[in-house]
Amino acid sequence: MKPILTVDKLSMDFGGLRALDRLDLEINTGEIVALIGPNGAGKSTFFNCITGIYLPTGGDVYLTPPHGRKKIINGLKPNQVTKKGMARTFQNIRLFTEMTVLENIMIGRHCRTKASILGAVFKGPGTIREEKEIVEDSYRILVKIGLADSVNMKATNLPYGAQRRLEIGRALATEPFLLLLDEPAAGMNPMETKELDDLIISLRDEGMAILLIEHDMKLVMSLSSRIYVMDYGKKIAQGTPVEIRNNPKVIKAYLGTEN
Amino acid sequence: MFFVNEIKKSLLISCWFIFLTFPIMVIRINPYEEIVDYRWNNLILVGVGSFILSLVGRAVQRRREKIGQNDTDQTAGSTFRIATKMYVPLVALSVLVICCFPFVFSTYQTNIMTTALIYVVLGLGLNIVVGLAGLLDLGYVAFYAVGAYSYALLNYHFGLGFWTVLPIGAGLGALFGILLGFPVLRLRGDYLAIVTLGFGEIIRLILENWNDFSFGPSGIANIPRPSFFGMEMSLQAATIYIYFLMVGLAVFTVFVVNRLQHSRIGRAWIALREDEIACQAMGIDKTKTKLTAFALGATWAGMMGVVFAAKTTFINPASFTFLESAIILSIVVLGGMGSILGVIIAAFILILLPEYLRAFSDYRMLLFGATMVMMMVFRPQGLVAPRRRCYQFRKTDDPAAGIK
Ligand SMILES: Nc1ncnc2c1ncn2[C@@H]1O[C@H](COP(=O)(O)OP(=O)(O)OP(=O)(O)O)[C@@H](O)[C@H]1O
Ligand SMILES: [Mg+2]
Repeated sequence: MKPILTVDKLSMDFGGLRALDRLDLEINTGEIVALIGPNGAGKSTFFNCITGIYLPTGGDVYLTPPHGRKKIINGLKPNQVTKKGMARTFQNIRLFTEMTVLENIMIGRHCRTKASILGAVFKGPGTIREEKEIVEDSYRILVKIGLADSVNMKATNLPYGAQRRLEIGRALATEPFLLLLDEPAAGMNPMETKELDDLIISLRDEGMAILLIEHDMKLVMSLSSRIYVMDYGKKIAQGTPVEIRNNPKVIKAYLGTEN
Repeated sequence: MFFVNEIKKSLLISCWFIFLTFPIMVIRINPYEEIVDYRWNNLILVGVGSFILSLVGRAVQRRREKIGQNDTDQTAGSTFRIATKMYVPLVALSVLVICCFPFVFSTYQTNIMTTALIYVVLGLGLNIVVGLAGLLDLGYVAFYAVGAYSYALLNYHFGLGFWTVLPIGAGLGALFGILLGFPVLRLRGDYLAIVTLGFGEIIRLILENWNDFSFGPSGIANIPRPSFFGMEMSLQAATIYIYFLMVGLAVFTVFVVNRLQHSRIGRAWIALREDEIACQAMGIDKTKTKLTAFALGATWAGMMGVVFAAKTTFINPASFTFLESAIILSIVVLGGMGSILGVIIAAFILILLPEYLRAFSDYRMLLFGATMVMMMVFRPQGLVAPRRRCYQFRKTDDPAAGIK
């Protein structure tokens, strides 16, 4: 298997605080990988660094598209990273609240379409076709994430679990081959978590790779093929769920004394 | 007990109002007889008026809050909907009124209407920047000035005609929009507002002080009116001609802005307004999106500047003060950020009312301020809340079917 994401000694300093400390990580085609760690370990910072929202202070990030060559992506802007095929969701939901559910997804199609200002004004056949495709593709995604009944609803009016799913749908609309999910199950009830579980598995079955930050251990253990554990910005362990569960370092740092 | 509390609050408010309006409403200095009049009637009027208004206002607000709590309407922005049945007669009526207006009313009235139409277009242009893209621009009048001076100067030096300069003015407006856009790319909210305000003032000060270039405060006179295939026209005919020209431009603007706001670019602007970081993470180029918003907004101001110069035949920097920007911004806020119909209605209200209520011209600014405060309290979304497009799908798994 060839890695599609390679992170090499990534570091991030906030003033005196070292939020990421020479972190290495690799993700292969079509696998679900989890990134876990106690609160404040630097997991979200890691996402922000590899997606271009923060500029890392050290290290490199490489992305290898399924049919492309390995390319370095640190220093790129967030929209360029997304265009390269890595999309993400946010820990604190960041939907476009005043737009409709469908329009939220349609925003995701932006980077895969190209109607210009003139096209928008004159509405030639090309623009009309593209616009129709955007609507159709977006609706298809809504069907997939189970929100087809709320097409015209304002995004803020959705229930919490549905908002989280809509965020995933919006990321899917950018056609990623690698999806980053930051605590997708946070605040969900057991039924919503189950639906999320199914959605993630169906995405993997389509061949998408997924990197998952999650505190829900049941979800992490059942979904992921490999787990990375970090604490205070450092990687303290990596391995299969079974290895992680029995790793004394992890138990000490993360699972506490419960196990 | 509750009621007594409300009365107390209203009393306090009316005391404040009496205190604040005392110098303008009560005291009048009579310079001929060198005495000071105290108009105590006005004091009572203000006191009672503000007392009742505040009581009613708070009652209305309480009711609204109650309604808001069990508001089950969840479709996007469904607050304002003209029934389709009413729509056709309404449009037909307005077309009729617009066409007949200059032939029924005097030149003076037609002129006022033309001004209102100019502000409609200015409002729609600023609506792109502020309403759609969420970039608070307080220096919008600068682009208006750019358009006006480009016509005046190009005509003065090179004898270029109105129709040649109209697109040039629009282009220069866009160019200046981008020029302003670049340095403020990183700014948001208050900071953006301050820098754009500064930009507007800089342009005005340049025009005021660079005598060799812009003829300074004395301005430029004898700017020709638009030509009609080279024909000379009487003043009345020219007024009517400019009026219809403005009607055409306003319709054109509505058409373009409407198409833009439901396009791929328009959605990107709104996404940028809603959440800048998420917008970028979804693959939208922030730089490009912001610059197009600034440029497209400024285009309309540049174009209107040309029309303004041709209409008044005289311009000087005093026409392009901050107050002008503030009025255009008020049009957008009053009408509803991102709502075309709202901006049109608001432009007519804010431009026509002061003209027809000349009797109250002393209190114009007071009324203006009061209206804006009232709006913010009772209808912060504006007169007409913007509505997003709704899509209908048939209940099949085939999304290609039944798209409206
Ligand atoms: N923009 C920032 N400026 C300064 N410090 C920051 C910034 N972002 C994060 N940090 C710090 O970096 C550390 C890691 O934060 P991060 O949000 O990555 O943790 P996390 O692992 O995602 O935690 P959680 O599980 O609570 O989401 C924290 O100490 C945080 O205070
Ligand atoms: Mg986090």
